[in-house]
This record gives sequence, C-alpha cells and structure tokens, in this order.
Amino acid sequence: MSILLSDISKNFGAFSALNHINLEIPEGELVALLGPSGCGKTTLLRIIAGLERADQGRVLLSGEDKTHQDVSERGIGFVFQHYALFRHMTVFENVAFGLRVKPRRERPSDAAISQKVHALLDLVQLDWLHDRYPDQLSGGQRQRIALARALAVEPSVLLLDEPFGALDASVRKDLRQWLRNLHHDLNVTSIFVTHDQEEAMEVASQVVVLNHGQIEQQGSPSDIYDHPANAFVSRFIGQTNVFDLEQHDSDWLRTAGILTPDQQGKIAHVRPHDIIIEKSSNGADAPATLKDWQHLGALIRLELVKNGANGSAAHVFAEMPNDQFKDLQLNRGDKVDLKIRQAHWFH
Amino acid sequence: MSRNSIMPGFRPTIGFTLLYLSLVVLIPLSTLVFKSFQLSWDDYVNIISNKRVLSSFRVSFFTALLAAAIASFFGFIVAWVLVRYSFLGKQFFHALIDFPFALPTAVAGIVLATIFQPSGFLGKFLMQTFGVQVAFKPLGIVMALIFISIPFIVRTVEPVLLEFETTMEEAGASLGASRWQVFTKIIFPNVFPALLTGFALAFARGVGEYGSVIFIAGNIPYISEIVPLLIVTKLEQFDIEGATAIALTMLVISFLLLLLINALQFWVRKRSGQL
Repeated sequence: MSILLSDISKNFGAFSALNHINLEIPEGELVALLGPSGCGKTTLLRIIAGLERADQGRVLLSGEDKTHQDVSERGIGFVFQHYALFRHMTVFENVAFGLRVKPRRERPSDAAISQKVHALLDLVQLDWLHDRYPDQLSGGQRQRIALARALAVEPSVLLLDEPFGALDASVRKDLRQWLRNLHHDLNVTSIFVTHDQEEAMEVASQVVVLNHGQIEQQGSPSDIYDHPANAFVSRFIGQTNVFDLEQHDSDWLRTAGILTPDQQGKIAHVRPHDIIIEKSSNGADAPATLKDWQHLGALIRLELVKNGANGSAAHVFAEMPNDQFKDLQLNRGDKVDLKIRQAHWFH
Repeated sequence: MSRNSIMPGFRPTIGFTLLYLSLVVLIPLSTLVFKSFQLSWDDYVNIISNKRVLSSFRVSFFTALLAAAIASFFGFIVAWVLVRYSFLGKQFFHALIDFPFALPTAVAGIVLATIFQPSGFLGKFLMQTFGVQVAFKPLGIVMALIFISIPFIVRTVEPVLLEFETTMEEAGASLGASRWQVFTKIIFPNVFPALLTGFALAFARGVGEYGSVIFIAGNIPYISEIVPLLIVTKLEQFDIEGATAIALTMLVISFLLLLLINALQFWVRKRSGQL
C-alpha cells in the first residue's frame, strides 16, 4: 500500500514537532525515518498509524483519505520500541490477539487461528516459546514476537518505532539483517524510525532524513551518502570533516588540491575515505601531523592535526584500508601530505 | 538459608517478624481459642446454632461481601478517574478518598444514619421516590460498609493503574480491538489481581466493622444485627464464653474466606503470567 502525507503539521503547545511535511512512499518500500532525537520522526510515524492526530494535513493510504480514521480501523501493524507485549497473555495469545478481536463474522475458527499463529511464530523462529509469558523472554525475542503479533492481522503497512532501540549491539545486528530479509519475503510497505544512521543505511531501501520537524532529504542510502542535500545531512550521515574557508582553511585546502575557482560555497565537507595520505618529504612545511590511529576492522582511522599557521590545532580524520596503512610505515608524530579526492560544498 | 542468602539481615528480620506476629496477632488470638475451649462441644454448638446468632452471621457476611463488591466497582472507577484524567480539584479528591480512614467510624455512622433515616433528607427522598428504606435495614449496613471500604479499593488499584503501560492499549487498538475490547481484554486482566486484593481488604474490614454500622443498622435482631454487636452484647451480659464462641467462629469463617480469596488471587496471577 502506498503512503501519501500531505502538508502534515503538529504542535505540542508552543513546540512545533512537525512542520508542513509532504512525503510519498511507494508500495513495497522499506523506509527509514532518520533523524536526531526530538526531530519529530516518532510523531510522524504515530500520525501515519493514527495513534496521534495531526493539527493539519492529510494521511492517504493507497489513495484513500484516512486522516480521521481510528487506529483500529486503519489496518496497520505497529511495533513499539519497548515491545508493548500483553504481559498477562502467553506468546501464543499475544500473537492471536489481533485475530480474536475481529468481529464474529470475520473471525477465523480456533483451528485456523492456531494454525496461523504457529505459522507466524515459525516465521520469527520462536514457535518453541509459544506458551511462555513475555516477562520470560529476552529483548530480541520479545521484539520478534511483537513483530509476529503485528503481522497476524495482515497489515497493509508495517510501522516500527525504533524497533532495535532497546536491544544490545549484537542482537541488533542480527535483527537488522533479519528484518531486511523478512521485508524481502513479505514485501509489505514498511516504515521504521531510527536515530542510528548506520541502521538506516543498512536496512532501508529509502531513507528520509528529518530535522526540526522538516524533511531534509529523501532518497536511497547511496544517494544520501554520496549527494547530501545540505550540511545537516552530510554531517548526520557518516563521518565527515568540516573545513571552513573563512576560518583560515583556504591555504590548506589549496595544497590538498580541491580548491578550484568555481567551487560553490564556503564550507567543505570531506569524507574520511576521500583523504589520501602520503609521508611528507618537505619536513616542517607539511600540512599535517599524524597524531594517532585506531583499528576499525578492515579500515584504519587516522587522527591528524593540521599544522595551521596560526597555531590552531584542528583535527582531521582520514580512513584507509589496513594494508595500505602498513605499506606507508607511518609512526606517531610523522609529518604527512594530504590529497583530497572530493568534497561537498555548502554555504 | 541465612548463610547463603545474598540479602543480609535474614536472622534479625525474621526474628522481629515472628516476635511481632506473636505479640500482636498470635497471642491475643490463641487466648480467644483457649478461652472458648472452656466450653464443651455441646455448649458451643448450642450457642452457635441459636437462631439469632445464625441470622447475625448471615447479615454480617452477606453485607460485607455485597459492600466489598459494590465498593470494588465504584472504587475502580474512582481510581481510574484519579489516575487517567487531570481536572480541577484533583488533589482535593485525593485527600477526600482517605477521609474514611481518618474519621472515627462512629462519626461516619451517625452522619449516615442522620441523612438516611426516614426523616433524613436522603432517606426521605429514597422513601418517597423509590419506596426504599435504607436506615435500620441490611441495606443501611451495606451503605456504611461501602463508605468505609472505598479507600481500600482505590488505594490498591491506583498504583497498578499508574504503572500500567498505556502502549499496551495502543498496541491493542492497532491490532483492531475496540475500546471495550481493550478494556476487557487488556486493562482489566492486568488490574484484576490488585482489585481482588482491595476486595479482600474491604471485605475483611467490613466483617469486623462495628462503629459505623451500629448507628445506621438499627440492630434489629434477625434483621439487621451484626455479629460484632452480638459479641459486645454478650460481653456486656458477662457471657464471656458465649462471646468467645461466636468470635472464634467468626474468626474461622473470615480466615477461610480470605484464604479462598488468596487462592483465587494466586490462580489469577498464575494464569496471567505474573508469577
């Protein structure tokens, strides 16, 4: 089911949580709503679900105006950050809930419910826990049960509010991959909220970056990474070095080889892997000094200090593959030359 | 137990608990039991099977159960309102709830008797419009017991409602449940154990209540005479054996009923995964 949000605004008292949001999500996408905390992403998700009312604007699901429809009639599946499993019901009853509350005419028979619930529990690989209570499960298990419960009513849209937010790092990694695969199999239009850019890039087919209640950029992960629309997006997605022409960085950038007469804007954002490092031959005049480095698995992150004329010691981060770093044979305190492959310019 | 337990202080605390229970509960109650042992079995049966005694038992337990049930219903609504909504004067209502705790129950009884007696302003109204007489009837006893037991319900249900995760309700609604289904299938089952506790407290209090009841009940033998009053009457006539026999019987019945409620509570908690 496609989702169309038209001119959505929402205020909490004097605080404007969402400001004239227009968003179109085609059918079958797995979309991440990404932004820092307090940017309005959860509020937007809750408005789509019908758990919250927008002050203004319309919500259309498959072209139908659902703005004033109650959450119970929208046919959405919602997965809560803290699972919100029914504590007093077994795992089986939790998943069966959505089927049992259907009006009698539409309600499946007990046998059909049982079959469906076990199929869903198999899907989330937790059928062996069907007679446990939520309090007896781990966080990752609870979240998978919550997902199975939401899928039981065959929602046309699946909404997930920080689905992995309360889980520890390794469980998180597994579940991300798993969610992606699940989406691939079910192909239900899904939106998940996250503040973790890595998670958004890894899982989503489309990323919507929000800040201060407004959409900063919408696009595929590679789009957003390679062509950030503005300084906020560039800084929020991935690591970036910020150089300001007005802060005495111009000489420095010229020697690094990217300052051209037709460059647009005064602030350059440079990804760490776009900086190429070489051992300096011209000693004291070298632009930077290697201060330290960290191993990030296959990559090495180098921490450099600019040898600024005015004595300012701004840090620059560069990344390179492990082998390349070994070949360079650098030590702490070595002077290095820099080349910058590309930069994004902003005003 | 004490050596391997991670929690320190097992010995002193269990010692204190036992001492406290002995001094305050066990010794006085065992005195009652020993005293009633001075009676022969036939005497005991004679006292208990007296028609007036039997009907007072009926009145006491019936009114206490009914009052606890009604108070549970209203107390739940009061707790719900106090937790879920914010309104002007909420703090005032909070204070008002505890009022029956603080008020001497005799005062409550006199006030209730005054307004519910046939010439009182509520009593007159009920009599004229519905033909119902409250005072000097078992209904009056129920009224007084509701009054004093409402705070037990409110104060036991309130914390559970406060703690209740409202996201569970949202989850229920998102799965297609109506408001009523959310209430009956999600909210109520989670609050029910606490409500049972409140019911047990209210019932226990109601069975033993004396002060507020005697003024409104009229204390008519066979109709509105409660067991505690009968005990006091026997004592006043220096019929100590008779008083203890009745008291012991009441104790046993109350104990069994509370045990039953506890068992029910255990079953409910177990069934809802809270144990």
